[in-house]
Amino acid sequence: MEPNETVASAPALDAKPKSTALEMRGISKTFGSVRALTNVSLTAYAGEIHALMGENGAGKSTLMKILSGAYHADPGGEIRIDGKPLQIGSPQAGRRSGIAVIYQELALAPNLTVAENMFLGEEMRRGGMIDRAAMNAAARPFLERLSAPFSPSAKVISLSIAERQLVEIARALAGHPHILVMDEPTTCLSAREADKLFAIIRQLRSEGIAIIYISHRMGEVYELSDRVSVLRDGGMVGTLMRAELNAPTLVRMMVGRDESSFYKKEHRPPEEGHRKTVFEVRDMADVSRVHGCSFVVREGEVLGIAGLVGSGRTELARLIYGADPKTRGQVFIEGQEKHISNPRDAIDAGIVYLTEDRKVLGLFLDMSISGNLNINVIGEDSLTGGVLNLAAARRRAAAAIQKLGVRAPNAEINVGSLSGGNQQKVLLSRLLESKPKVLILDEPTRGVDVGAKSEIYRIIDDLARGGAAVVVISSELPEVIGVSDRVVVMRDGHLVGEVEAHAGAPITQEAVMALATDLAAAHAA
Amino acid sequence: MSEVAGDPIAGKSRETVTHAQRMRAMFQYAGMLPVLILLCIGFAIENGRFASLTNISIVLQQAAINTVLAAGMTFVILTAGIDLSVGSILAASAMGALLVSKIHGLGMLGIVAGLAVGLGFGLINGLLIALVRLPPFIVTLGSLTAVRGMARLMGSDTTIFNANLPFAFIGNGTLFGVSWLVIIALIVVVLSWFILRRTVLGTRIYAVGGNPDAARLTGIKVGVILIFVYATSGFLAGLGGVMSAARLYAANGLQLGQSYELDAIAAVILGGTSFTGGIGSIWGTLIGALIIAILTNGLVLSGVSDIWQFIVKGLVIIGAVTLDRYRLDHNGRT
Repeated sequence: MEPNETVASAPALDAKPKSTALEMRGISKTFGSVRALTNVSLTAYAGEIHALMGENGAGKSTLMKILSGAYHADPGGEIRIDGKPLQIGSPQAGRRSGIAVIYQELALAPNLTVAENMFLGEEMRRGGMIDRAAMNAAARPFLERLSAPFSPSAKVISLSIAERQLVEIARALAGHPHILVMDEPTTCLSAREADKLFAIIRQLRSEGIAIIYISHRMGEVYELSDRVSVLRDGGMVGTLMRAELNAPTLVRMMVGRDESSFYKKEHRPPEEGHRKTVFEVRDMADVSRVHGCSFVVREGEVLGIAGLVGSGRTELARLIYGADPKTRGQVFIEGQEKHISNPRDAIDAGIVYLTEDRKVLGLFLDMSISGNLNINVIGEDSLTGGVLNLAAARRRAAAAIQKLGVRAPNAEINVGSLSGGNQQKVLLSRLLESKPKVLILDEPTRGVDVGAKSEIYRIIDDLARGGAAVVVISSELPEVIGVSDRVVVMRDGHLVGEVEAHAGAPITQEAVMALATDLAAAHAA
Repeated sequence: MSEVAGDPIAGKSRETVTHAQRMRAMFQYAGMLPVLILLCIGFAIENGRFASLTNISIVLQQAAINTVLAAGMTFVILTAGIDLSVGSILAASAMGALLVSKIHGLGMLGIVAGLAVGLGFGLINGLLIALVRLPPFIVTLGSLTAVRGMARLMGSDTTIFNANLPFAFIGNGTLFGVSWLVIIALIVVVLSWFILRRTVLGTRIYAVGGNPDAARLTGIKVGVILIFVYATSGFLAGLGGVMSAARLYAANGLQLGQSYELDAIAAVILGGTSFTGGIGSIWGTLIGALIIAILTNGLVLSGVSDIWQFIVKGLVIIGAVTLDRYRLDHNGRT
C-alpha cells in the first residue's frame, strides 16, 4: 500500500447515493514466486451486504487478510476506508481503522468469560488490576443488541458454537467497525441458528455497517446479499447486483465453466426388496447424546442422515465406529454381528468413518500425501517384521491420486499444503484403501470448493454402485438430499423418521426439515 | 507455516510447492549441519590440535553415550512427549551391570542386566503414561528422582568398582581402530532410522505425534506406541549405562548420569525435532549430539574455563535454534 496519492474516491459501480465504506484498488499479493492475488479491486458501501464468492484458493481469504492487516499487499495497491487511505501495519491497526474480521475458525479463549474475550488485549484496568465489573458492564449493551441469551460473565466453554459466534460478533462490534468481514459464518450452524444470524447481519446492515460476507453456500448468498463479487484464481471476475443474481451465472463465474450437473444424482429406486441389507445398526446409544438409534443400509444404497447441528449425528457415527464408548447397541454387516469397541475393530470389520473435522481429527498435516493415504493399510502391506513396503505404498498412492483426481505434483508433498478439496480427497482415498463394506461420511464436502464437491458426489455415487453401503451425514439439506437414496432424520439423539426417494417423487427439503424440527412429530415414521 | 488457512494456493504453484517442500525437508534434515561444520572450522583454526585424528576420535567417543540417549529421546519427543529420567536410568543400569558383572563366571550377563534395568524402568514410564494417562513430564520427573534413589540404593550409596570387568572392551576397545562406543552409537542411530522411516511402527510413531486424535481414528493403538517409545528410551538409557560402566569400570549411583537428560534433549532440539511431535529425524539428532560434543571439546582445548563453557554452550543452543526457527519460518511461507 502506497498511500501517498490522495485521489477522490472512484465512482461507484452504480448510481446509488450510498457512501463508500471500503475501496480496495489494484491489490496484488505474491508469496515467494506464487501470485495469490492479481490487481484485485473491491468496493463496499456503508449499509450493504456484499458477498464474496469463489472456489477455495481463489484468493478470498488472502484478500481479507490483507484488509485486516494480517498480510501486507505488494506495493502498488491502495485501500481506503471512508475515503481515507489506510495505513495498514497490523491487525490492531486495522481494528482501529474500523475493520473487524470474524474468521471461519472462531478465535476465542474457551476458559475465559464472554466479556474477557470481547476485550481480549484491551482489558479494562483499575489500579493495575483487571476490572471485571467494568468489562461486564461494557459488554452488556453489545450482547443485548444481538439478543444474546447469555451473560457477559458466562464462560465461553459453556456456550454452543452459535453462541460463541455471537461472542465473536459482539467482540467485533465493540471496536465500532465500519466494515465487518465474516468468513463462512454458517459453516457450523444449524439452519435455525443460521436464520437468526442472518437477522443479526441484516440488523447490522441497517445500522450502516458494510458487511463483506464470504460464503460457498448459494442459498444464503441469495438470501442476504445486495451485491456479489466473485474471485477466481486470484483475480476479480466481476460483481453482480442483486437483480442479476442467478445460480448458473454465479457458478460459471466461480469455476469458469458451466456446471449444470451440479447437485444432481440419478435416483435408482430399490428393486422391490431384492437388495439385501448390508449394514444394520440396532439400538445404538450412549449416556447422553444418542438414544437408541436403529437403521439399515441396503446394498448399493446411499443413506443420508439429516438433522440439525447438535442432534447427535456425529455422536451416532462415532459410536458405530467405536471411537466413543457406547452403552448398548449392535452392528451387523451382511447379517453377522460385529463387536466393535475401538476404531481398529471397526476397520477390521469393514467400516470406515470420514470425520467432519479433517484437519483436527483426520489428516496428519506434517505427513506426505502418500503417508496419509497408506496409514490404514501399511500394516497389511508390510513385509516380514513390519518393514514398510515402499513399492506398495507408492503404487497405492499413484493409483489413488489418479482415481480420485487429487491435484498435487507428487505423492510426497505434505498434505497440509493442499487445498481443502484435495485434502478431503486424500482422506477419502485413505478410507477406500482398506476396501470397506460400509462408509460413514460425516460432512464430506465441508470447506470444499464447488468443483471438488461435485467430484466427491461422483465418488460417493461410484462407491454405492460398487456395492458398498454408504452413510452420508450432512448439514446441507440440498446435499444430503442430492446424494442419498433415502434419508433418515435425527433429532435430539433419536432417529425420528425416514424419507425415501421414489420414481418421480424426489425427497424434498421441506419433508426433511419438517422431521428435523419438532414441528413434524406427526410425520414421524 | 505452509498452511495458509482456508486459502491454499497449491493448485497453481506446483513447482514452487515441491521446491519449498524440498527446501523444508532439507532444512529439517540438514538444518544444523552448517552450524556443525562452522564450529569444526572455527575450532580447527583456533587450535591445531582440534583437527587431529586422536582428538576427533575422542570427540566421537564423548558424543557416543549422549547420542544413544538422544536417539531414545528422539522417539519420545516425536510423540510430543519427554523423558526426563534417562540420566537416572543410565545410573541405575550401570549399577546393575556392575553388580552382576561381579558374579563369578557370569560377568558378561552384566550387559543383559544393565539393558534389562533400563528396559524395565522405561516400561514403567510407558505404562504410567499410556494406561494411567499421566503427563509424560510428570511421570518422568518422578522417575528422574525415584530411579536416582534406587541407583544409590543398589550400591548402598557407594561407588562400585570392578577392575576385571569382562565387558570393559566396550568402553575402551576398538574395532578396526574405531572405538566400540562409537560403533554402538552408530548402530543405534542406523537402527533408529530404520525403525522410524522404514517400518510400520515408525510411521505410526510419527502419526501419533503429528495428530493423536487422527491416529486413534485410523485404528492405531496409541497406547501401544507410547509404551514402545518410553520402553525404547529406557532401554537405550540402559545401553548408555552399560557403555558408561564399561568405560569407567565403575559406577556411582549419586553422580553418574547427572543431567544427562538435558544434553540428550538439547541434541534432539538442535536436530530440529519439533516439541509438538510428528516432525523430526534421527540424523538431526546425531548432528545435534555432535555439536554438543564438539562444543565441549573445543572449549576445553581452547582453555575456556568451566564456568564459561556452560554459558557458551547454553547460548549456542538457544542461538542455533533461533536461527533455525527464523529460517524455517521464512521458507515455510508459501
